[in-house]
Amino acid sequence: MSIRVKQPGLLTSVQDFGRTGFASYGVPQSGVMDRYSAKIANLLVGNTEYEAVLEITMMGPTLVFEEEMLVALSGLEAVVTLNNEKIELLRPFEVKSGDILQIKQITKGIRLYLAVNGGFQTEMKLGSRSMYQPVTNTSTLQKGHELKIAEYPDTKEKTFAHLKYEAEKYDSITIEVYPGPEFDFLTDYMIDQLLQQTFSVSKNNSRMAYQLEETLENNLKPILTQPVLPGTVQFTPGGNIIILMRDAQTTGGYPRIFQLTDESINLLAQKKQGDTIQFQLKNYEH
Amino acid sequence: MKYKKPSIEAFGNQAILLSWDEIIEEDLLYYLLDLKKNIQRFYTEVKVEVVNTYNSLLINYHSGIDNIYDEISAVKTLILNCDEQEQQQFCQFTLPVCYDEKFGLDLEVLSKQNDLEISEIIQLHTQPNYTIYFTGFLPGFLYLGGLDKKLHISRKKSPRLKVEKGAVGIGEKQTGIYPQISAGGWQLIGNCPVSIFDAENESPSPFQAGDKLKFESVSLEEYQNIKKEVELGNYQLKKEVYEH
Repeated sequence: MSIRVKQPGLLTSVQDFGRTGFASYGVPQSGVMDRYSAKIANLLVGNTEYEAVLEITMMGPTLVFEEEMLVALSGLEAVVTLNNEKIELLRPFEVKSGDILQIKQITKGIRLYLAVNGGFQTEMKLGSRSMYQPVTNTSTLQKGHELKIAEYPDTKEKTFAHLKYEAEKYDSITIEVYPGPEFDFLTDYMIDQLLQQTFSVSKNNSRMAYQLEETLENNLKPILTQPVLPGTVQFTPGGNIIILMRDAQTTGGYPRIFQLTDESINLLAQKKQGDTIQFQLKNYEH
Repeated sequence: MKYKKPSIEAFGNQAILLSWDEIIEEDLLYYLLDLKKNIQRFYTEVKVEVVNTYNSLLINYHSGIDNIYDEISAVKTLILNCDEQEQQQFCQFTLPVCYDEKFGLDLEVLSKQNDLEISEIIQLHTQPNYTIYFTGFLPGFLYLGGLDKKLHISRKKSPRLKVEKGAVGIGEKQTGIYPQISAGGWQLIGNCPVSIFDAENESPSPFQAGDKLKFESVSLEEYQNIKKEVELGNYQLKKEVYEH
């Protein structure tokens, strides 16, 4: 079973829930940017939540199915056609050999997830199928790639065709953050500025990090190189605010002022250049 | 105990960070590595990943934490009870580096700025027994301690868009090897023909925090021979096991 990549699209990659256990080799976690949407796509086709899926960014790929299979797409809004006929997101659909799926454009949010019944069985490197160079050969799908799919018999009854996808969560601009390790070095004035004002996503946004457009005056000193995580908010000496995402490096030298909740990483992962966000401080629960 | 108690705090809702004062010291490194071993031993039942840097340990609980305050107390108790450092095994590595001008694109700059002959640069760079503190920045990128002060030099004003795999460089007080092609701002002085990161292996790099590393100068001809051996899979990395 396989899917052929006729056109790879702008930034399409195979992702699962990431690589754990290799941070001491400097290997990023990677994995799907928006875990919630990816889980829904998997459940729609009867997979476990954590199977590898395709992560499609902004402008989609054209894919040719080489066999019959059950497919689902999750995300906010997009123009998608199967053999030139429009199809809807969040509804599993069966495809035949030779069918052509085109993800023309993502019109709300910026990432779609495509799951197939059985899951992608593409190359596994260091315990994960998530594409990230130099761990895998490429970071994105390439024209002509043949993506292997597992055979999974008798699964139609197991699918959740009426699963609720909470799309309204993504209308929020609130990014929930815990205080980061260097939070206490911020002055009250700086904390006020960080929490009161809204920020917009700059053009420098990728699987590795989202940089915000606005800068704030910063008198924090750089720190000795320290561990960082996906969701760590770094505040650079130039006053830039950088939110690390799933492909984040494992160490960094900028003060770590906040740490996003996982749900907020999912939310931010659907924001694009120009979108507004606002930080909201959250305390650890007893 | 030589080091004060660390601050132990939540870092998001699935990690705990232990931080000591900002210093770079070998004794602190080996103390952290001893604690790291104890933490891993304590959590054999739970999936955690422990990572060290110069002065901190990060415990990442991949399957989440039920109650962060309970977990912090458990870690605090554990740290208090680790007062005797155990002997651990580490490796002494030697890596070949070719300092030919073909690779040492910034040897001239370093020579002029630091008033050193190129032969002196090579001598000063191959002299120390460097300590591997941790890996970060890029997969397989080693943070090494022990660079001679005479070789300290600022980074290039604008980074190169493409630095070759294996390039050996200096940036401020640090020296290191680029594990793969990347952009980079360090002053380049040579190239190492041995691959230091390979995702085909289950252990993608032979180097661990606490290991020691020496550089050995090789000619361009030797460099090319080693490169061939590496490609054929015949190259034997020079290493000896030692205890600390």
